[in-house]
Amino acid sequence: MEDFLNDWGLSLAVFLPVVGAAIMALIPRAEEQLHKVVALITTLAVAGMGVALLANFDMGRSKDLQFVVDASWIDVINSRYIVGLDGISMPLMLLTMLIVPLCVIYSWNHFPEPHNPKAFLILILILETGMIGTFAAQDLILFFVFFEIVLVPMYFLIGVWGGEERQYAAIKFFLFTLFGSALMLVSFLALYFLADASGTAAGVANTFDMRALPEATAGIALSTQVIIFGGMFLGFGIKVPMFPFHTWLPDAHTQAPTVGSVILAAILLKLGTYGFIRIAIPILPEAAIEWAPIIGGLAVIGIIYGALCCLAQTDMKRLIAFSSVAHMGYTMLGISTLTDFGMNAAVFGMVAHGLITGTLFFIAGSMKERYHTLEIKRLGGLLVSAPKMGWVFGLATMASLGLPGLAGFWGEVPAILAAYSPAEGLSEPLFRAYMVIAAIGTVLAAGYLLWLYQRTAFGTPTEEFVDDPHITDISIPEWVAWVPMIVLILALGIYPNLLFNLTDPAVVAVGDLVAAAAGS
Amino acid sequence: MFFLENAWIIPAIPAASFLLILFFGKRMPRKGSEIGIAAVGLAFAFSVLAGVAWIDRVENPPPAAHDTEQVDEHVDEDHAEETEHAAADVVQVAASEEGGEGHHAVEPVTNSWTWWQSGGTEFQVGTFVDGLSVMMLFVVGLISLLVHVYSTDYVRDDPRYTHFFAFLSLFTASMMTLVISENTFQIITAWEMVGVCSWVLIGHWWEEKPNADAALKAFLTNRVGDVGLVIGMIILFFAAGSFNVVEINTLASEGALSHTALLAASLCLMAAVMSKSGQFFLHTWLPDAMAGPTPVSALLHSATMVVAGIFMVARMYGVFWEGLSIGTSSINALALIGGVTTLVGASLAFVQRDIKKVLAYSTISQLGYMVMALGVGAWTAALFHLFTHAFFKACLFLGAGSVSHACHHSFDMVADMGGLRKYMPHTFKTFMIASVALAGIPPLAGFWSKDEVLAGAQQLGDGGYPLMFVMGLLTAGLTGAYVTRMVYLTFFGEHRGHGTPHESPKTITTPLWILAGFAAVAGLFNLPDAIVPDGIAYRFEHFVEPTAAYFPSISHPSFSWGLAIVSTLIAVGGVAVSYGYWFQGRWHGITERNGVARAGYRLLENKYYLDTLYETVIVGAIKGPIARASYWANQNLFDRVVDGVGNGTVDGGRRVHKYFDRAVIDGVINMSGRSAEGAGAALRLIQNGRIRQYASLMFGGAAILAGVLIVIV
Repeated sequence: MEDFLNDWGLSLAVFLPVVGAAIMALIPRAEEQLHKVVALITTLAVAGMGVALLANFDMGRSKDLQFVVDASWIDVINSRYIVGLDGISMPLMLLTMLIVPLCVIYSWNHFPEPHNPKAFLILILILETGMIGTFAAQDLILFFVFFEIVLVPMYFLIGVWGGEERQYAAIKFFLFTLFGSALMLVSFLALYFLADASGTAAGVANTFDMRALPEATAGIALSTQVIIFGGMFLGFGIKVPMFPFHTWLPDAHTQAPTVGSVILAAILLKLGTYGFIRIAIPILPEAAIEWAPIIGGLAVIGIIYGALCCLAQTDMKRLIAFSSVAHMGYTMLGISTLTDFGMNAAVFGMVAHGLITGTLFFIAGSMKERYHTLEIKRLGGLLVSAPKMGWVFGLATMASLGLPGLAGFWGEVPAILAAYSPAEGLSEPLFRAYMVIAAIGTVLAAGYLLWLYQRTAFGTPTEEFVDDPHITDISIPEWVAWVPMIVLILALGIYPNLLFNLTDPAVVAVGDLVAAAAGS
Repeated sequence: MFFLENAWIIPAIPAASFLLILFFGKRMPRKGSEIGIAAVGLAFAFSVLAGVAWIDRVENPPPAAHDTEQVDEHVDEDHAEETEHAAADVVQVAASEEGGEGHHAVEPVTNSWTWWQSGGTEFQVGTFVDGLSVMMLFVVGLISLLVHVYSTDYVRDDPRYTHFFAFLSLFTASMMTLVISENTFQIITAWEMVGVCSWVLIGHWWEEKPNADAALKAFLTNRVGDVGLVIGMIILFFAAGSFNVVEINTLASEGALSHTALLAASLCLMAAVMSKSGQFFLHTWLPDAMAGPTPVSALLHSATMVVAGIFMVARMYGVFWEGLSIGTSSINALALIGGVTTLVGASLAFVQRDIKKVLAYSTISQLGYMVMALGVGAWTAALFHLFTHAFFKACLFLGAGSVSHACHHSFDMVADMGGLRKYMPHTFKTFMIASVALAGIPPLAGFWSKDEVLAGAQQLGDGGYPLMFVMGLLTAGLTGAYVTRMVYLTFFGEHRGHGTPHESPKTITTPLWILAGFAAVAGLFNLPDAIVPDGIAYRFEHFVEPTAAYFPSISHPSFSWGLAIVSTLIAVGGVAVSYGYWFQGRWHGITERNGVARAGYRLLENKYYLDTLYETVIVGAIKGPIARASYWANQNLFDRVVDGVGNGTVDGGRRVHKYFDRAVIDGVINMSGRSAEGAGAALRLIQNGRIRQYASLMFGGAAILAGVLIVIV
């Protein structure tokens, strides 16, 4: 069993969703129930795979890659099929495996127009493969392939099942991210040509092996490293999204179907931040030190700017979308400190934001279904009309504003803390200024979130909805989809070491690479 | 000893009660209130046992273990030099302790578990129990229990009765966690948890917008302070290399930390004190918080939650002592803020019509006394005042609730009250006792603690804190005066409301009598040795004030008959002037006749215009023009660039894109509508369609760019 997991477990987890999708492609479209069951079984099997991997994961050496498979793939360019998990990728992979089945369950009885569960679920399964593959890949080309696979199903989810301006939003999302990816690919190719990995485990001079590259870049001139980092910065930064590359996000979120928004917020954004921690910083730590002040600066601008834009929104879903810009600002601030403290906070923040903002988008979707609008002016009195949903919304709001005891806090305050003392080579006064700005952002976050809550949940329902029979409380599929998220938000908030314990050793290893680069 | 070592049980009980009430409360015969009362009663009983165990520990201290391992290796590395540097001071401190009063250092009882880790270091969560903690546990437990009992009647027919009790339990758990926190991260956590309970409970009747507004204002103002709390704790973490309260305070008291860092940290933490404990100029949320149910005002917004700031300063006193040079200055930020607050609060209490607002401003004023006492170095006086104030102010608030119960739920003293002494004898008597205690007339509780605060301002520091001393005396007079006005408007004269008021039931009057009892006698716990023999003098100081190395070596003011008489005369003078005005009708119409008086009245009526500044100018600007401008920039600058690039590209290759659009997107919709294999077709399109062309174009472009890059560099 253990051998099987070691050799095949991770690959199975990556490709099982595609297998499920292939089976579904063979089933006639009219068999809707069967499609749903197959999709659910597939995603649950993947989640089960994830649990098996976690159970066999050696916590003691979570800084090392485990379940590694290294097979030849595209020999011409020395690109290999390498997958593996460590303490950084494990939690994000598990998050993916959790969110996707919940999305399938949530969709059970309400697929958005134009319905068609078959196509919808197949796309979601392909999406899952792309996301898990991105977190598992240890070869730059493989990573890139998975990173790009993700775009396509999401493009269709938004473009076909989305809101009124879905086509504009879908194309904007696709092209904007693709633009970043193109530059990222340029950087990957540059690394391939310029790095000398002959002295490393890869054994050849030109490689895409992410395990070998950190040791192979010492020979590249700093100015070149900075340019290469710049390409990755655009690729990952657009995905995060960082100010000022964020403008695709509110449109994509507002137009996407509920499940699309949830996956987008919970996981797709993390591909960007993960890329920084997994690829950009370890491979080019010296360039990272050069770029860090800019990244940190954009991060704190994003925090304040995102919050201010939230205050100006009149649509609830768009407000939540903008809040992602602010929240990912904290994550990027943590990363930009280049310290183990900051990056730990960032990984925690990614998981927390996935759970919390995912829940918020679920709620927004359910409210839209009941009220047929998310215009804040017209809402009100959710606690009267649907008290349980009001409570869950309240909890998610509190988590989102970083209340201690809930998951959001542990991504936020440690990130602010890390900025007080950034890695060697970075300007302390500058980062302390960032720290203060980021801390002020928490006030604004409380402002827009509680103001939103006050206007939508408190008070009495507006005239048009006061006796509307459609405004019912949480349904069974909604409970099933939300309870795991709520439980995790609470569990991680109360005992954060559940996650820190896993990520810390792996993050320390990244931090050490930066420290070594700063010292040299 | 058991309850000192396992103090975590005490907050765990109400925390469990919160969950139980939330999930099962509605199904219980008394809708969950019985769970809350039982849990808080048990927690209170355990708090008392912990108190007894602590008293025993102070009386029979365990053999001194020289806990050098408290300061872990991490700190040693960072501060090896400074520690050596400070070694001389430590010896002095130790010597003065032994030589002075001859009491043995009583170490706190701590217990901890791993909570989280980062950068290879593990951080703890745990309990830290000393005299201060058990005193706070006692106060929180007792008042919470009485408020629970009182609430069973007060909110009886409330639609959210069960939720109300659930959150009272959660609040009690959070507050009890706060007072036994062993590290600063835990303090932040508990601190914000009490804040969120306050938000929920102020907004308990959220159907009405003003209540929801008040809750939001309270939360946001506290968030402003939290920024200070978080940054202050961060500075301390990097200065001391630890979140641990004992380590930080020990290093600070030893002089091992840089003065600049401590000063910066103290000033940041002060922002948190100002917001949580209603200090000038972040106090404006507290009067608005009276929108919540009265038991909440009694428990959270007078007796316990708002003293969290006082507690925090007291807990981190080593930091403030060194950072603000409390022992050697004659003015500092903490003392000044406290002094100003005490005057501002007392002056604003004059012009309120709403009895709860009078009490709210009075709370602000009394909290100002406590902060001022901490600022001048009178640690014990501050905590003693916290102790006595909790009883008499909770009594006053609950009394106000009882009064409003009788007056059709109105709190307007001018329109709906008056003459109630005839109808509500129990409420009247208890209210009078607590009022006299608040006014600081001997021998009731308020006198003794206030006298210590004033003595501290007179005697401590570098030749006393004269400015604070004057402010404190002035406030004593003002307090007597506004208390008299409040009592007159409520209980004397003729009844101005409609109907016949009635006395409240036993569930309400019993807590009132218990609190009135404490308001009368709590002062006896710390009688000066000038009045009573040594064995029973300064008991509060003896048991509550820490003696171990984490606490700075402070000095104590001595009792002075002169000061006691002067401060009593001033308080009585305040009462007399007010008595003349209200009871005997002298000087009426002075605001019409005298321009200065009129201007002063208007300034007070508008609360020094602070609310206008905050709500209209600051929040209004951020919510309105600034937020709109940001969004305008987003739509018209950043997004315009994106759209511009996109449209330009589209124009350039219009034919390709048009084809792409129609074929792919519309194709999917049409086909999925038409054919049973629509999705399969869509997927085929992904494989065969334009996207592949697109992707290959992109790869090609990337390869060219890569080539260019390699040629260039």
